[in-house]
Formats: sequence, structure tokens, C-alpha cells
Amino acid sequence: MIAELGLAALWLAAALALLQLVCGVMVVRRDDAALASVIRPLAVVQGALAALAFGALLLCFARFDLSVKLVAMNSRDAQPLIFQIAGTWGNHEGSMLMWVTIMSLAGALIALIERRVPERTMIATLATQAFVGLGFYAFLLIASNPFERLDPPAQQGLGLNPALQDIGLAYHPPTLYFGYVGLSVAFSFAVGALITRQVTPAFARAMRPWVLGAWIFLTLGITAGSYWAYYELGWGGWWFWDPTENASLMPWLAATALLHSVSVLAARDALRTWTIMLGVVAFSMSMVGTFLVRSGILTSVHAFAIDPERGAFILGLLALYVGSALVLFALRAGTVAEGERFAVTSREGALVVNNVVLCALLAIVLVGTLYPLVTEAYGVRVSVGPPYFTPVSALFFLPMLVVLAVGPLLRWRRDSLERIQRPLVLFFAIAVIALAGVWFNSSIGFLPLVGMALAAMLAVASFAPAQGRNLRRLPLAVWGMMIAHFGIAVALFGMAADSAFTVEKLVAAKEGDTVEIGPWLATLKTVEPVAGPNWTALEATLAVSYEGEPGKALRPQQRSFWAPAQKTSESALLTRWNGQLYTVLGDQAEDGRWQLRLWWKPFVTWIWYGGILIGLGGLLALIGRVGNDLKRRHAQVRIARRKRTAE
Amino acid sequence: MTRWKLWLPLVLFAGFCALVAWPLIRPPSTDVHSQLIGKPLPQFALKPANSTLPGIATADFRDGKPRLLNVFASWCVPCAAEAPQLGELQRQGVEIVGIDLRDHPEDLAQFLQQNGNPFARIGADDIGAVQLGIGSSGVPETFVIDGKGVIRYQHIGDIRAEDVPMLLGKLKDAEA
Amino acid sequence: MSTRLAPKHQRLVLLAIALVVLIAAALIAAWGLRSQASYFYVPSDLIAKPPAPGQAIRLGGMVQKGSLKTDADGVTIHFMVGDGKAHVPVSYSGIVPDLFTEGSGVVAEGRLAPGGTFVADNLLAKHDENYVPRELKDMTEAQKQAAVQETTK
Repeated sequence: MIAELGLAALWLAAALALLQLVCGVMVVRRDDAALASVIRPLAVVQGALAALAFGALLLCFARFDLSVKLVAMNSRDAQPLIFQIAGTWGNHEGSMLMWVTIMSLAGALIALIERRVPERTMIATLATQAFVGLGFYAFLLIASNPFERLDPPAQQGLGLNPALQDIGLAYHPPTLYFGYVGLSVAFSFAVGALITRQVTPAFARAMRPWVLGAWIFLTLGITAGSYWAYYELGWGGWWFWDPTENASLMPWLAATALLHSVSVLAARDALRTWTIMLGVVAFSMSMVGTFLVRSGILTSVHAFAIDPERGAFILGLLALYVGSALVLFALRAGTVAEGERFAVTSREGALVVNNVVLCALLAIVLVGTLYPLVTEAYGVRVSVGPPYFTPVSALFFLPMLVVLAVGPLLRWRRDSLERIQRPLVLFFAIAVIALAGVWFNSSIGFLPLVGMALAAMLAVASFAPAQGRNLRRLPLAVWGMMIAHFGIAVALFGMAADSAFTVEKLVAAKEGDTVEIGPWLATLKTVEPVAGPNWTALEATLAVSYEGEPGKALRPQQRSFWAPAQKTSESALLTRWNGQLYTVLGDQAEDGRWQLRLWWKPFVTWIWYGGILIGLGGLLALIGRVGNDLKRRHAQVRIARRKRTAE
Repeated sequence: MTRWKLWLPLVLFAGFCALVAWPLIRPPSTDVHSQLIGKPLPQFALKPANSTLPGIATADFRDGKPRLLNVFASWCVPCAAEAPQLGELQRQGVEIVGIDLRDHPEDLAQFLQQNGNPFARIGADDIGAVQLGIGSSGVPETFVIDGKGVIRYQHIGDIRAEDVPMLLGKLKDAEA
Repeated sequence: MSTRLAPKHQRLVLLAIALVVLIAAALIAAWGLRSQASYFYVPSDLIAKPPAPGQAIRLGGMVQKGSLKTDADGVTIHFMVGDGKAHVPVSYSGIVPDLFTEGSGVVAEGRLAPGGTFVADNLLAKHDENYVPRELKDMTEAQKQAAVQETTK
């Protein structure tokens, strides 16, 4: 019954989306006040219905209803409840439903609160939103109905893929979807503004919170995904340049560029067509990412089940959305009036450089990810990995940090480097001293060396905009920017330290053996079987101590799940402020010794602390911006009221 | 900016679409099964999966009688869905032998009790070794084996009601 | 003082910067892909036209029965990877993936050492029963045929 209710709600929501699109197109073509007034309520009801459908699916999973095919395929009753529920979006159909639900809720939200942009642009935006949503509804209803029944019901579920049975992965996909949906709203705004040719600062201010929100979720999603890959795969690496990871990095790069260009548009009314273009690119990257992961045309360590038919469907949607947006862009962008002009040495100039480099990085990652497909067309099989991505992207990323340090100090419109001579000299001195300090004390590679020097410089430079200003009156948005830039310095330091100072050891040890690894001593005490709710495991107990400090115990496992039958190795980690000890248990050799793999990774955790700081900076900026907007709206309402009483 | 430059992003995007559409459209070269048609079964012997039925070995297939070889598991949802069709085939006099993949005896017993038991023999393949050897990559899959132990046909996925006459036809062909 | 360029020129300068950066990105990416992408080999290709020692490549094939040996240190293993026509000795230090056994398909990432041994940094074994390494799917029929017969002997 619940499944049928959910399906009915989904059909209704799709029908309303179609209505919303048709009405929107009619209103945009020739004004009709009566039709225009129904569009916002339509968006709100559509959002509520989609939420109802998703709620129904959640309930099916929570109640373990095995007559629903999706539940039978993706859960099992011995699973802990959290994974039971996470099973809802741990699969293709459920995650698509989740995406469309969040998207229509976002549409409902802008319909309820957004009043700054001209009503016609707003209606064009909501119609675009319905257009995008409609594709997903069609996809769900035609090709992958999540509520399909199984007759007769299964007697036992198939079980969620053990690699996905992890608390981090229960939160990871929703985080990314919030990011993707924020970008879809930005896309709708961009297309709406292009349709009515009203690319104005007011439009940029309406779009900005969505870009910021999307960017925060993407940042946190990538940070969490990186940490998940780090401890779950047991390979000791934190970024593999795997297609799935690149799929989440590309929208982030585009969103970062969009975030900065939308600020220019909001503050200075410049970069109009460029911002529209980035709005389209950012959303297409989130679709491209989804396509690459779901279609399975590129295999990866953590891809979902592959399916060319679904891939074709997603590709069709992508081509429809992005293709029509780009046609519109080609037809309309020439007629959007040119914005304000500015000098090269100005805040705008620095932000343009930032945008260009971010786009170059995006192109490098995209080309590297797709290259195997190009060569395969010629019958040559290659894989592109860290040897390409790391140096090539660093070549652009590291110089960009210099612009990042200087840019926030420049004034809008026109400035000169002479004016900010003193901080520039200071930054340069810090970089040189850090470079020399690291150079003389250790022998590390070129990239980590430059990375550390730039991290030191950036850590100081990121707070330079606050110099000489009253800290209490500094706007929250500026605090947000400074903290996010500082987060980049922290993350960069972590990356450089990890690649420069990591110590790795691989041994076969019998019980009682002691291994030395960097400043640590690790003793293998026992290896014993343990059991969990749906797995059994061999668990090693390691007594570890840091430079003679009192010891602690670490327990890495080799886990065997029995439904579906699969083995995973669970690493055990010990975190100190200055790094992490990482241990993995391997197989038993014929002579009874156990394989152990240990890493001492100095400052590796700073990578993720940095990621969290970047997200926190974004959050502060979002609060500051939204707070300002609210204040401005209150002021306008008060002025309007006063005018009326005066009359 | 001149007009034609504005079309550049669209051209790039079209290039991207063409590039990724190519591997999707091209028929996938994953037909691991086709090459094994007409080949004899590899040598194997599987222990019985439960106490009531015998296990299977390659020699069992060389008695001159064609039969169906069904790869299944109790944890496999479509396997339960195809159980009535297997039952129907058995009623029509077809001998069906099963390869039970990565399973537990108690789960298997429950599965057979709930869905009926059409099998004459069931071998337990705990590591999927035989499965791989006969060119099967998933469950359920069903093979038509002729009386000399040669693979004549491979059916991938669950057997639907409309597949039953087709399989009976294949078995008849295998007799000749 | 910097000279004040006309606004039109300022735009040109920015456009020039953008072009230079993007062209540089294209050139560097092209160079990086040509030199750093790792090519996929099956054993017979590797023997027929061996790559330069030290060049990162991937080797795919079947682990030959009876070839797996472990060194005295307990963590270094040696085995032969074959495709039915030829086989290549492989050495690897590390924890092997869960489904790695003799007779299984494997893709090894690493490089060819001067002696003709393939030194693997990483082994990607068959991940679950529905997953065959992408490259093995494309082995020619004859190679697959031979590999299957070899492993089921």
C-alpha cells in the first residue's frame, strides 16, 4: 500500500512539473497575470509530493518490505537499522529519487521566498527547474521505478554491498546530492536570466546563496569521500584520481569558479555572460559526474553496478539540458548588454585569473578522465592515474595560490601593486624563509617543498585582508573568505607533509614480534576471530607506543561478510595532533606469520581539517550574505510602509 | 565577441557527447558465453550442497541424456522468481541439476522448502570456480547440456514463463 | 606609476592571459597524457614489443596454476601471469586483494624490471562475481579461450 501511495505521489509530482513548465513557457512568451500567479504554488505542491514519494520509499526500507523489489535487492534483515535506511539511497533508483526530491524541494523554497529578481525572470527560472525535474521524473517512472513490486515477495534480501556498509557512506551521497541540486538551481537561474536578458546584480544576489550552499556541500562531500577512501580501502592513500573521485572534483572546481564570478557580478556588475556560462558548466559537470559513475563506461574502485541503458538515459538528459542551454546561450549571449569595465590590476582582474586557472584545472581533470575513452576508440587501452594528474594539476594549482594571496588585498575596479607593496614583500619573505627552512632540514621532493612554502605564505596571507580593520565590524562574509583561504593553506600543508614524510612498512610478524615504524613501536599481541551482526572477522591486537609514551591498542580486521559473500579489510588508525598511525592486517603466510602493513603519516589529518575549514568559511559567508539580504529586505519594507503612511 | 565564438561551447559539448556515446552504443564485447557454446564442460566435481541430494561431476553429464544446468543461490532474488518455471520444466520430464553458489546449507534447505525442489542433483560451488569455468558471470543462469556433456545453449537471467517452450525446444534439439 | 591603459586594452590583456593559460593547459595536458598514461598489456604483447624498463604500465592476464610462491620475508610473492600464448614472471610486495588466487584473473600495475620480471606496485583482482577487470573483457576470443582452459585444467 505504501509503495503504491509513493508511486502515485511521484506521478502527480511529475504531472505538476509538466504543468509548471507549460504555464511558465506561456507566461514568458506573453504575459498572463492569472497564469503567472499559479506557478509558485505549483512548485510548492510539487515539492511536497516528491517529498511524500521519498518518505514512502524510506518507510518501505525501514519496515523491510520484501515485496518491494528495490528493498529485496538492497537490504537484509541482519543489517543495523542505519544501513537499512541508508539502503534507500545506496542504489541507483533510490538515489535518483532522492536527487529529484531535493531538487523539487529547492524549487519550492525559491518559489516561497525569492522576491528580488523580476517576476518574469523568476517564472522562467521556475519553468527551467520544472524542465530539469521532468527529465528525472521520466527517468524514474519509465526506466527505473523504485516502487516496483516483487510477486511473490522475496523471503530474504540480497544485502547492501558490504563496501557500502559504512557510516560515512550513509551520509556521503546525500551530501553530494545537496551540492548537485544547488548547482541545478544556479543553472535554472542562469537560464532564466538568459531568457529574459536580465543579467543583473540582483540576479547574482539571488543566485549566490545557492552557489554557496552547493559549494559547501560539495566541499564537505569531497572531504568526507576522501577520508572514506583513505580508511576503507586500506591502501593508505587519500586521493587516487579515480573516475569517481574526479566526478566529484569537477563540479567543485566549476562551482568554485562560479562562486567567485558571481561575487563580481553582485558587487560590480561585471562578467555577466561569463557567469551565465559558468552556471551552465557547473551544472553540466555534476551531470557529467553522475553519468561517468553510473554508466560504467569508466571502471573505478567504487562504482555502482554498471548499466549501459541507464547511462544512455542520463546522457540523453545531459544532452537535452546542456545542449538546449548552450543553444540558448549562443543565441542570446550576444544580446546581453556588456557589464562594467575594470583594470587588470584590480580585484576583478585577480578573480578573472582565478576563474581562468580553475577552468584550466577543470579541463585538465576532464581530459585526463576521458582520455582512456579516446584511445579506446583507436583500440589502445590506457589508464591515466596520479603520474599525469598530480604534476599537471599542481603546475596550475600552485601558481594560482599566489594570486589567491594577493587578490583579496586589491581594490575593486582599479588598483596598483605599489599600493600593497609592503604585504607583498612580507609574503615573499615568508615563502622564501619557509622554503629555505624545509630545504636545509630535510631532503624532500620538489612539489612538496614548494607546497609547504606556499602553505606557510598563504596561512599568513589569508588573514591579511583583516589588517588595519576593526575585527568586530568586519563582515561575516569577509571572515568566511579568510577562513576558507586559510583552510586551503592547512589542507595544502597536510598534502605536502603526507607525500614528503610518510613512512611505510610491510612485514610478516608472528605473535609477540615488534615492528619499528618512524617514531612508533608496534607489537603484535594476538590474532583472534570476532563476530559482528552480519560478518565474522579475524582481528589483530597491536600494542603501539609513540616515542616511549604509554601504549595504546589498535585492532585492524579482515572482515568476511556473508550476504553477499565478500571480504573487506578494516584498517585501524591512531590519531595524534601531528599525524596518524595506519595499520592493516593481511593474510596468514604458510609458516603462521601474519602480514602487517603499517604507515606513519605525519600531519595527514590536516588535509581533512583544511577541508572542514574551507566548508566552515563557506558557511560563515552564507550566513553573512543571507543575513544581509534579510536586513536589506526589512529596510525596504520599512521605507515602503513609511512612504505609504506619508501619502 | 563575434557570434560564431558563442557556438564554441556547444561544439565542444557535442564532441564530448559523441565521445561518451560511442562505447555506450557499440555492442559490448562481453559475450563470454558465446565462445563456450559447442564446447564440452570443463572437468569438475562439486560436493553435495545438502544431505539429501548427490553432488555433481562432469561424468554425470555423459549418459546420453540432455539436461538443464541451473546456476542459482538462495540469496538470489530472481532465482526465487524463476522457481515456478523450473518446477514446470521438471513436470514436463526435464532433468535439472543445480550449481548452488556461495551458500549455506540451512539457507538452501529453507529456499528449497519455500520454492519447491526441481533439482535431481545440487553441487555446492563455494568459491565460484566452476561458475567461472563454464563462462557464467552471474546468477541465475541456465545451460542446456547435451548427452555428451557439451554446452548447447546459455540462458542469462531468470527463466520467464514465455522462455519455457523455447528451453524445451533447445533440449529437443540437443537430443538430435 | 603604471601607465593607464584604455579600458578596451585592459580587456585585451585579460583575454590574452586567459588564452595563454588555456593553451598552456592544453599543451601540458597533451604532453602529460602522452608520457604519463600507463598502457595496458597482455603477456604476449609484453613479450612481442616490450616497453622501456621503468615505464608505468598495466599487465592483465590469468595467474597460472602452481606458480605462486612466497619469499622468506613472508610478504613478497612471485607468480606467472599468462594469456594462453605467453607468460610473464611477476613479483609483488604487499597484501594481496581478497579474491586473488591461482587461476584468477588479475590486472597488475607496475613496471618491467631490466631482467624481464614485472614488478607490481598494486594488484587489482576480480572484485566480486559480477566484476571482471575491464581490460580482461576485451581479450580476444582465442586468448580468453586458452586462459579459461588453462585455469580449469
